[in-house]
Amino acid sequence: MPEVRYLLFLGCVIPYRIASYEISARKVLAKLGVELVEMPEFNCCGLPLDPVEHDMMLVLAARNLAVAEQQNLPIMALCPGCAGTLRKVNMILQKDKKLKEKVNGYLKETGLEFKGTTKVKHIMQVLAEDVGFEKIKETVQNPLNQLGVTEHAGCHVLRPAKYIGFDDPENPTILKNLIELTGAKSLDYMDATECCGAPIIGVNDMIPLQLTREKLDHMREVGAQAVITVCPFCHMMFDINQPRIERVFNETFEIPVLHYTQLLGLAMGFSPDELALSQLRVDTSEILKLL
Amino acid sequence: MNERFGNEFARVIKNMFSLTYSLNQKAGKVGLTGEVKLMSEKRQLKKIEQRKVLRSTDMDLRFKYKISETPGAEKIMLCFQCGTCTADCPIARFSESYRPRKLMRMTQLGLKERVLSSDVIWLCAACFTCVDRCPQDVGISSVLRALRNLAVKEGYMPRVYRDLAANILKTGYAYRISELRLKKRKEQELPALPKANLASIGKLSKITGFSKLVETEGEKSARS
Repeated sequence: MPEVRYLLFLGCVIPYRIASYEISARKVLAKLGVELVEMPEFNCCGLPLDPVEHDMMLVLAARNLAVAEQQNLPIMALCPGCAGTLRKVNMILQKDKKLKEKVNGYLKETGLEFKGTTKVKHIMQVLAEDVGFEKIKETVQNPLNQLGVTEHAGCHVLRPAKYIGFDDPENPTILKNLIELTGAKSLDYMDATECCGAPIIGVNDMIPLQLTREKLDHMREVGAQAVITVCPFCHMMFDINQPRIERVFNETFEIPVLHYTQLLGLAMGFSPDELALSQLRVDTSEILKLL
Repeated sequence: MNERFGNEFARVIKNMFSLTYSLNQKAGKVGLTGEVKLMSEKRQLKKIEQRKVLRSTDMDLRFKYKISETPGAEKIMLCFQCGTCTADCPIARFSESYRPRKLMRMTQLGLKERVLSSDVIWLCAACFTCVDRCPQDVGISSVLRALRNLAVKEGYMPRVYRDLAANILKTGYAYRISELRLKKRKEQELPALPKANLASIGKLSKITGFSKLVETEGEKSARS
């Protein structure tokens, strides 16, 4: 078994509001033998600033990549936004010599250089490619056979296919397979790959709330007992904003929203406390009774 | 299911009628007293006409070239208006104004001021559905990004981006992580958060021209 070591790229949303994702991810990755090394220094991946100034996004991303290169380690991000951005910038700069020169011109001023020698993956990709379904299955001690869940992978895990390309964005199967390894049933529903709208919260709140409400509605129609996410931003829309959606549209959903790492952790036999389930906004006690 | 489509149908019918009504009203055909006001009718019709007509003076013919020089937006001229982007756009389904196809056409036509000052360009959620499905590989989200970057240079930027920028320059993180959160990390046995090299970020912000953009006083607010 080759050693799996990654620099953990936490991003901004997770330490800001979604600690439960980090806590559960660290638990399950340790059990799967993935060694995590902390970033020696960190700055935002750059994604939020791309609309303001493209070059600033490029240098922020390239800075993180250069730091990882110095450590001689690949990056694993829990947030698809970070993973997608770092992956894309890494690929663009590796290909486009002129742009690489320009970015390195900036980075030189701060004593860094982008070489293009590191790799970037999202945790889902690490689980599927480096750990492998077989090994994950071996760690499942407490199969969640009673549970039927719906997935919401998040756009940046799948698109743009040109830069992400490890699953089919029109018919994704990897998260579905990962869910089924835990014994839970992954239920199909309408518009499963549709966006939750989270990135425009702050510019316009009603559109994301309507999008997420519609998805929750479709999930409820197929009898989902929980929603499974792999993105902290999507998680915020479905979990933290679920009571707001219920208020605005006068609906009752009360569908718990778990990070995939929490679902896997439960199947591995970790206790709900160890996986920080109590930090979730929507109450999970109903599904815990089923386990 | 049926109920949802039923509601949608009712909404479309209602909008059709209210549109006819308001057009008639604008044209002066339906007055409050039922009287047709001839003078006002002419003026109203002229107004409607003026809004629909594009004048060559409104168009900046260099605009599309400027956009096509931006990395990622090189293919703006290839858009042949098929509408796949708008049809597949999750935001467009719930927005009355956001239509990526229309923005591509307006850009090609060079309606620079209208596009850049519009708050509609800030509604793209960057889900990349249109990017993957566009038959011409236009890279719509990159065109949108190019438009936003230019809008910022012209002084239009939603408040939320100003806040994100300020946070990143001050802390390295896009959100302000509270002391309480940091303390909680210790209690939860999580390692300390990696620190940002703020001097280095500040320097990069200056040399890329970023700091100038986000520090500008007297911002214009984008209009709908």
